[in-house]
Amino acid sequence: MAVKGIVEVREDWCKGCNICASVCPTKVLELDKVRAVMTVAHPEKCIGCKQCEMICPDFCIYVFTPEEYKEIASA
Amino acid sequence: MNVPFEKVLEKKESYFKYLRLDKLPTIWCPGCGIGQALKATCMALYDLGIDNDQVAMVSGIGCSSRTPGYFDGFTLHTTHGRALAFATGLKLFKPELTTIVFTGDGDCFAIGGNHFIHAARRNIDVTVVMINNWIYGMTHGQVSPTTPLGSQTTTTPGGNYEPNFDVAELAKAAGATYVARGTAYHVTELKKLIQDGIKHKGFSFIEVLSPCTIIYGRKNRMTFEEMYMWLKENTIPVKAWEKLPEEKRAGKLPRGVLYHDDSRPEYTEVYWNRVKQLSGGEK
Ligand SMILES: Cc1ncc(C[n+]2csc(CCOP(=O)(O)OP(=O)(O)O)c2C)c(N)n1
Ligand code: SF4
Ligand code: SF4
Ligand code: SF4
Ligand SMILES: [Mg+2]
Repeated sequence: MAVKGIVEVREDWCKGCNICASVCPTKVLELDKVRAVMTVAHPEKCIGCKQCEMICPDFCIYVFTPEEYKEIASA
Repeated sequence: MNVPFEKVLEKKESYFKYLRLDKLPTIWCPGCGIGQALKATCMALYDLGIDNDQVAMVSGIGCSSRTPGYFDGFTLHTTHGRALAFATGLKLFKPELTTIVFTGDGDCFAIGGNHFIHAARRNIDVTVVMINNWIYGMTHGQVSPTTPLGSQTTTTPGGNYEPNFDVAELAKAAGATYVARGTAYHVTELKKLIQDGIKHKGFSFIEVLSPCTIIYGRKNRMTFEEMYMWLKENTIPVKAWEKLPEEKRAGKLPRGVLYHDDSRPEYTEVYWNRVKQLSGGEK
């Protein structure tokens, strides 16, 4: 199945609070406990619901549709 | 990040348009809910098509009152409890500015309680986003007028014994004409509540239940996730709440628009009409 969402984390703003991972319905995200930053451990499971992005208190996790991502990655 | 950040800014314009990027990351503790309230406010402004130079954000003192520091519009960071006094003056002189007050439970209802009831009574067209984190966060955890009974704070050893305010009821009784309650967990919904509050011509009050993860959470032995789960499990959309029998309401709170009245005159209009009447001229 094609992925529905592509997730990026801006690590220098991430405070490692783990709230995004705790709301992700498909367990895409995992906290790197040593560096205290969020990682996209299972990108293939993302359903693009954007719940992680909406709840992040620190404006540092972003969900894109595959089309959007293609556009900005090739820019 | 595998993509250039400028491209992220373009795609996420709905909130980044209103943020001072050079001030990020915020000073707020990990997991603190104030960031979601700021994000929801930005997205509300974006959807309403209100530009940066058409909005003023005013605050007092506290963690919640730090918000204007990150907001790229007109901002006024004032003294503790006085945000609404400053906002009243600003709105009267510049009625065309969308005026948003960011405040906390201590700022708004302890030291600022008097300003609050009078701004509500006048029905002045400002939108109050009140971060209710049940404590004085910035000064490390004193009891506030909204601290739940039994909660641990630094000034109530053995648990809080003071009854707390239902601030939504208080706002309504004082004369607010739009009263809503949202949470830092339900961010999309919060955006809508703030958006409707900004649209409403009159005094709008939005209570945002927001985890103070580090001070309240730690003192009360709740993890970040437990605090967010509490919001999810113990707040009920107002439609469902209305059908809920009394015995099932205990310990829970309704969220959504709790009160809305468009019939009362708005203060700025009343004021300028009076000025015109008395001076015989235009503003
Ligand atoms: C006149 C005055 N009194 C007391 C203080 C100390 N003080 C700073 S913030 C604060 C409480 C803030 O609580 P709240 O509004 O709930 O904000 P929070 O930090 O919880 O977001 C107090 C008492 C002050 N700055 N000025
Ligand atoms: S968009 Fe949804 S599924 Fe994808 S990582 Fe975020 S919360 Fe998980
Ligand atoms: S919610 Fe934001 S700040 Fe917290 S861990 Fe996730 S990406 Fe980092
Ligand atoms: S002390 Fe509490 S309210 Fe203040 S930034 Fe930290 S978590 Fe947020
Ligand atoms: Mg507080």
